[in-house]
Amino acid sequence: MTTLALNKIKKSFGNLDIIRGVDLAIGSGEFVVFVGPSGCGKSTLLRMIAGLEPISGGELSIGGERMNERAASQRGIAMVFQSYALYPHMSVYKNMSFGLETAKMPKPEIDKRVRKAADILQITHLLERKPKQLSGGQRQRVAIGRAIVRDPKIFLFDEPLSNLDAELRVQTRVEIAKLHRDIGATMIYVTHDQVEAMTLADRIVVLRAGVIEQHGTPLEIYNRPANRFVAGFIGSPKMNFLDVVASDVRDGGVAIDIAGKRARLPIEGRVADSAKLSLGLRPEHIETDGAGGLEFGALTVVHVEHLGGQTIVYGRLVDGQSLTVALDGQRPISAGSTLEVRIAAENCHLFDEAGDRIGR
Amino acid sequence: MSTLGTTERPVAGGRFRFGDSLAGYGFLAPWLVGFFLLTLGPAIASFYLSLTDYSGLGAANWVGAENYVRIATDDPRFWTAMNVTFTFVLLSVPLKLVFALAVAVALNRGLSGLSFFRAIFYLPSLVGGSVAVAVLWRQVFAGDGLLNQALNTLFGFEGPSWISNPSTSLYTLVLLAVWQFGSSMIIFLAGLRQIPQDMYEAASIDGASKARQFFKITLPLLTPVIFFNAVILTIDAFKAFTSAFVISDGTGGPIDSTLFYTLYLYQEAFTNFRFGYASALAWVLVLIIAFFTAMSFLTARFWVHYDD
Repeated sequence: MTTLALNKIKKSFGNLDIIRGVDLAIGSGEFVVFVGPSGCGKSTLLRMIAGLEPISGGELSIGGERMNERAASQRGIAMVFQSYALYPHMSVYKNMSFGLETAKMPKPEIDKRVRKAADILQITHLLERKPKQLSGGQRQRVAIGRAIVRDPKIFLFDEPLSNLDAELRVQTRVEIAKLHRDIGATMIYVTHDQVEAMTLADRIVVLRAGVIEQHGTPLEIYNRPANRFVAGFIGSPKMNFLDVVASDVRDGGVAIDIAGKRARLPIEGRVADSAKLSLGLRPEHIETDGAGGLEFGALTVVHVEHLGGQTIVYGRLVDGQSLTVALDGQRPISAGSTLEVRIAAENCHLFDEAGDRIGR
Repeated sequence: MSTLGTTERPVAGGRFRFGDSLAGYGFLAPWLVGFFLLTLGPAIASFYLSLTDYSGLGAANWVGAENYVRIATDDPRFWTAMNVTFTFVLLSVPLKLVFALAVAVALNRGLSGLSFFRAIFYLPSLVGGSVAVAVLWRQVFAGDGLLNQALNTLFGFEGPSWISNPSTSLYTLVLLAVWQFGSSMIIFLAGLRQIPQDMYEAASIDGASKARQFFKITLPLLTPVIFFNAVILTIDAFKAFTSAFVISDGTGGPIDSTLFYTLYLYQEAFTNFRFGYASALAWVLVLIIAFFTAMSFLTARFWVHYDD
């Protein structure tokens, strides 16, 4: 069932269009992550859903009701801010109960809700403390607790982990995923971190310049990126893009020349002979041993990063194009050496000159 | 074991260089001279004089605590001055705070031309304490002054001479003080700007009305600034002098109704030539201001919210 629908949503500041006609339907209980580079409009879109930013055009509906003109408090949402936005002069308990007191809820009910949320988030022992007496992670929990007590239809998270250190970020990420499983509410989460997007989302919405580039499950987006932008944005290390020229287009296949070697890839749709294409290769799909697949010849190693569990190799092919390779485990590779690299044909992505995927 | 913590600088490098210190004191000299000659020196001298019968001429004869005893037990005008001053402080400080905060909140709403209005509202603070404005104030609140002319034209009301009437004269001075709300307003405005916008956004999602946001978010988060302004304004109000001096021609009249403490002190020193007694009055004022400031700081922890 659709909980939230965006229909041709637009946002402009003067002549500047920030959100340019976004259509999206979010189902009940779904965990949707808006991801994109800085300035793509993801936070603005979230704030428009929250009611903190007026909508310039289109329609926002929640639970089937038009919400464009409704006040933020009337939309059945709760929001967790990047800065937490805790009231510094109030105790944790008061921070969590403020909204309920504003709604004139009976005191016993407020107490029940606050204590239940505190229990879920394991912050019962912090209830009498002020925010300044809490660590970053604890503040984050209080901010989430403040959202939980409202029992909203939709939780909105605006880059909630960006102020935490790396270790706490991972830990809190897991807890947010668990929270979603436990309470089953619809959650919309904004981040620029594609790892957060991949690990948390039921569905990822990739935005660029106020437009949805692609939405789908994390693996759909990873396996079949709709265009070069999405392909480059999702995945770490970033996907390699090699410039190739199409030739001998026939029988649902195309020949491409890379580093002096010719390979044939199956394609759907039409590609003109001599068309300039982009071949996308995920670093983790490139292999250095075995046989078969597309062979790229020798890769001259420029730099190596030994991460323990993985070895990242930066190198150059014989035609001068850069290639990054992510190999499992620890490999005795050093700069200056050469590697024979190849990839399975099914792991290749082809993009046309406009950057759109050539379907396959 | 690490020896980092116990490493000392070589003696040669840390040797005291008299020349360097001298240069430092040389740069400090203007302030040092000012402090010793114009602040600390006179303060010590006035304390000594407060224990004498010094009249400005001749010798200062030691009288011990006699001046202080007289202040406490045998000086009705001292109590009049206290009454006038406390009334002035208790009225002008809260009114000025409320007015400055109200204007700051209004200006903080993202009006266009903010800097223009900020300058306009600040202007009275620059000129308000001057003799010229006090003279102007006299013209406005006199029997045939601008206020009465306006009241007469608009409502046909024949107003009294607000300044010559002992029951209203002090209030005209309170009004003049409140009019000089600019510097407090600027500080409030800076304080309001410090409150993060997302605090209000969180409150609006929580359903808080603008009024509830003001009383539950703005005011508590502004308490450090309110505290600062309150202390500064209270000290200033206790020291108020110019307006009463000019408007009452230095008499504190009518019938001592504008006899500010500092005005009484001035009269004792420069009209009655009782410098010893005036010095004692000055030290009593210091104690009163110190007491209120100390009380403010002691009570602050119950109502001032510091973020960190």
